[in-house]
Amino acid sequence: MLLKGRTWRFGDDIDTDAIIPARYLNTTDPEELAGHCMEDADRDFVKKINSGDIIVAGKNFGCGSSREHAPIAIKAAGISCVIAKSFARIFFRNSFNMGLPILECAEASEEIKEGDEVEIDLGKGEIRDLTGGKTFFARPVPPFMQSLVEAGGLMEWVKRAR
Amino acid sequence: MAMTITEKILAAHTGRDEVSPGELIQADVDIALGNDITAPIAINEFRKAGAKKVFDRDKIALIPDHFTPNKDIKSAEHSKVLRDFAREHRITNYFEDGEVGVEHALLPEQGIVLPGDLIIGADSHTCTYGALGAFSTGVGSTDLAAAMITGKAWFKVPETIKFIFSGKLNKWVSGKDLILFTIGKIGVDGALYRSMEFSGETIENLSMESRLALCNMAIEAGAKNGIIVPDDVTRAYVEKRAKRPFKFYKSDEDAGYTDIIEFDTKTIEPQVAFPHLPENTRNISDVGDISIDQVVIGSCTNGRMEDLRVAAGILKGNKVAPYVRLIIIPATPAIYRAAMEEGLFKIFLDSKAIISPPTCGPCLGGHMGILAAGERAVSTTNRNFVGRMGHPESEVYLSNPAVAAASAVKGRIASPEEVMTR
Repeated sequence: MLLKGRTWRFGDDIDTDAIIPARYLNTTDPEELAGHCMEDADRDFVKKINSGDIIVAGKNFGCGSSREHAPIAIKAAGISCVIAKSFARIFFRNSFNMGLPILECAEASEEIKEGDEVEIDLGKGEIRDLTGGKTFFARPVPPFMQSLVEAGGLMEWVKRAR
Repeated sequence: MAMTITEKILAAHTGRDEVSPGELIQADVDIALGNDITAPIAINEFRKAGAKKVFDRDKIALIPDHFTPNKDIKSAEHSKVLRDFAREHRITNYFEDGEVGVEHALLPEQGIVLPGDLIIGADSHTCTYGALGAFSTGVGSTDLAAAMITGKAWFKVPETIKFIFSGKLNKWVSGKDLILFTIGKIGVDGALYRSMEFSGETIENLSMESRLALCNMAIEAGAKNGIIVPDDVTRAYVEKRAKRPFKFYKSDEDAGYTDIIEFDTKTIEPQVAFPHLPENTRNISDVGDISIDQVVIGSCTNGRMEDLRVAAGILKGNKVAPYVRLIIIPATPAIYRAAMEEGLFKIFLDSKAIISPPTCGPCLGGHMGILAAGERAVSTTNRNFVGRMGHPESEVYLSNPAVAAASAVKGRIASPEEVMTR
């Protein structure tokens, strides 16, 4: 599975309240949640991004709450993948369950610059920084997890499998 | 093979004699929990999957506690999704109105979660129940939906870090301070993906309320679960509440740990976590002069009787400082009643505090005490992220109930000693 987009950088310990503040959790509508994605970290984020763009962050991305609204908001905003040094565990699980691919890669997290054009091959775990001219390797996303992403999440996958 | 308590509980729920860290397992769930924020998504997924029946109506808990009493129309719609589902499937552990409390205070209090259980909850602070000697962890709504259908959940068996606390607690130090201190030492990802096992003579002498506060914040270090091997304190707490059998597990002497970290409580003062991460901890004596606008005493971390008694001891005969709001939130109806009958409400009202019905409310910036831009709060809750209690330019300082009550009286972050020794 190939993904391509421009990157937006964030720091360490980006928490779920920054990704989608709890004041908006009185809805589960993906479009409405997307409108507030990353709002408390970067107020204009959703205005600036294009569909397919990629978030590059530091360690412990998605720490805090178990709210699935966080990966829902990111995915519905049009972000195709999140690359980070590490992810909080509930966020990691929720992302694949929602069909949002995420990759752990310390080198890519450090070296990719904001605005770089990046191409990702999920099956190979390959992250190609086309602007920076460098390729990074994350642990490949196993076929099962790729099929979750392709199906659009765990529940869709379950339905197809039945 | 020697195993930790976490490994033993996971093995028992997988029908195996042993499991080891890193293994992927599918385990039976004793209780699957959702609240008014996370359960509506799970219920929607449940229906989308075409499910007609829950796996066991006695093993699901639906607790509308976050935005209740419903703060607006959208929240009321969410609560209604839970109510309708609970009614349709005759969910045993559904609470609302005068029976509902903050989920992680309510479930242990009502004997719904017990030692030896495997519990998942679509709420990150589900790790609280480790205080009872259960394996308990937070998951997302989709995992909850799958568990409501199948009664199972998949896990990677976590590695365990053992924390050994020795020594007597200093005055005004509680379970909350032990966990803030620990997070300050290891960081907000210091136990990422791993289990935190709390042990040592200090823990053995700790009250159940303090143990619940301690395990509650294991997630704030990134942990999968926090856990304490059950003992006589556990037995005394659960015996009068349990309506089904429970089992005590303990770690083997030679169980494998990735790390063993020892702390001497002699050096641990009441802790304050500065904005905007729980790891930004300081000793109360190193805080300096920080004026405040609001104090919150409550939540799944510190809204229990022990917490309210400590706060009342400090507020008795004192008034909340001018221009400061003190909001006290007993975590469950039973705690609310006990505090009233013990005379704590009189002390709170005399001090000019606001007494809120049980709710998560301001902890996550929901309602019942939201901060304006530039305002500062001291709170006994568990997170101080940007915008957590309201405006993105407000600030939250985390502390125990004694420091919170003293700060309300002084109008700045204060040590209980400053109020008690006049």
